[in-house]
Amino acid sequence: MAAVLAFIESHDGKLKKSAGEVMGQAQRLAGSLGGGVDAVIVGAGVAGLADDVAALGADRVFVADSDAFGTFTIDGFTPAVMLAVTASTPKLVLLAASVSGKDLAPAVAAASSSAILTDVTEIEAADGKVSVVKPVYAGKALAKVSATSDTVVATIRPNVFEPIAPEAGKSATVETLDVGTPDIRTVIKEVLAKASEKLDLTEADVIVAGGRGLKDPANWHLIEELAESVGGVVGASRAVVDAGWRPHEEQVGQTGKTVSPKLYIAVGISGAIQHLAGMRTSKCIVAVNTDPEAPIFTVADFGIVGDALEVCPVLTEELKKLRS
Amino acid sequence: MDLIVCMKRVPDSAAKIKVAADGKSIEQAGVDHVISPYDEIALERAIQIKEEQGGTVTVMCLGTSDATKEIRQALAMGADKAVLIKDGGGSRGPLGIARALADAIKERPHDAVLFGRQSIDADNSAVGVIVARLLDLPCATLVTKLDMADGKANVHRESEGGTEVIEVALPAVFTAQRGLAEPRYPAIKGIMMAKKKPIEELDAPEPAGTLSLDALTPPADRTGGRIVGEGPEAVGELVRLLRQEAKVL
Repeated sequence: MAAVLAFIESHDGKLKKSAGEVMGQAQRLAGSLGGGVDAVIVGAGVAGLADDVAALGADRVFVADSDAFGTFTIDGFTPAVMLAVTASTPKLVLLAASVSGKDLAPAVAAASSSAILTDVTEIEAADGKVSVVKPVYAGKALAKVSATSDTVVATIRPNVFEPIAPEAGKSATVETLDVGTPDIRTVIKEVLAKASEKLDLTEADVIVAGGRGLKDPANWHLIEELAESVGGVVGASRAVVDAGWRPHEEQVGQTGKTVSPKLYIAVGISGAIQHLAGMRTSKCIVAVNTDPEAPIFTVADFGIVGDALEVCPVLTEELKKLRS
Repeated sequence: MDLIVCMKRVPDSAAKIKVAADGKSIEQAGVDHVISPYDEIALERAIQIKEEQGGTVTVMCLGTSDATKEIRQALAMGADKAVLIKDGGGSRGPLGIARALADAIKERPHDAVLFGRQSIDADNSAVGVIVARLLDLPCATLVTKLDMADGKANVHRESEGGTEVIEVALPAVFTAQRGLAEPRYPAIKGIMMAKKKPIEELDAPEPAGTLSLDALTPPADRTGGRIVGEGPEAVGELVRLLRQEAKVL
């Protein structure tokens, strides 16, 4: 019996960064939960990644490899993970709170009658029980919650926990899961506007977000160029999303995405309560705004009082120099 | 089409959240409550579908009688009837919430069950998926477009790779993302009619108690407020600080 079963995500034939974050916490908690760490990986052509998962310290790696798993679906992935749960009988199933993890975790919790703790920023185990800190009200408060059930499913917020480094030479028992032909009722007909190789905002290391201070959607290229110069992903304030400048999937805030990148650059964003709630846990916040009294400066580590249209291009040039 | 929309009463996103003296709940004074915004989007789309092709929209809410105001709001928007599942309190967690809702949904006709993608207080993004599992229904989350015809739904949903175009047989569960619909303001006529629409009350089952809330705390203060300078001239110093002090570049 394992103490923790870690769900490992991959993309384009490589483990995602979240794999190291999940495995790091799985190993730290396993001892207190009285057992080892198993891992499960589900996908199309993922069998070859079992060694990479072993290098992160799993005792056993369960592999569900099928063309049916080329795209994440709740109907496809849940039974595959449940096979691993049945074989592993863990106290804790640990996943990343990624787009797929947020769909998969509740389905696994329901299927295994486990308590579910979502998007946690701290997690501990003592006396066989799991307790977490979880932001609520989009981070306006933190809830300390403990599970009183025997089994728990938890998702950890991306970019919060230190990823564990792989150690070559670590090995694991690899077990292939017999998944048969899953009955996927949500039939994917096509995928539109494939957002190139862009990361989801919630998993990005660097975010450059723009607001009304850009004055006109025609100036949005300044935000995109700044993001490009620093290898970041573009975000937006609610004001510019509501105004139709930007799509809603770019919105940061309580009614958009809650993010905690290493670096968050807010350009022309004044900092409404609901926006601050969605980004205040970023490790370093930079703000550029014309109004020195703007609330965004109360959470910014570094601020520049100035016009976004003037500051943005200069900052982009300086950052480009660093990279070249 | 008989549609059920599950909604939650939550503090408005503009509300300042303060932890109350008990250390486990929030100060209610000065906090306005609303239908959780994503639930409201789901409700709007359900009403539109009913207006296009007939049928009924039932709103279902697990909560205390305080939620009656938000339920009337949903009825004023155009829902036909409501079910209030009265929660006697206790720590329920997403699984317990989903069980209470699934029990009530099961007893009522439903071609589709709609949720918001998450409530904006607990932020779990879990109840819709769990209800689907408990009722053995297919589920599409983060839905940005939803049409129903011939016993099937055609769906656009946000995924990691872009927008997935999905076909699924009904009944099914959907969770709404921004973009699916723009909630309407109720008209006076709707508000008058809502007063006569029925709100059925049920008692929620005892919570199974799989989670316990030990404490609620404010987030750590950020020591922000450091202004590096004004205008483009400050960029050089900013970049130096990001490299040497914050070490993020």
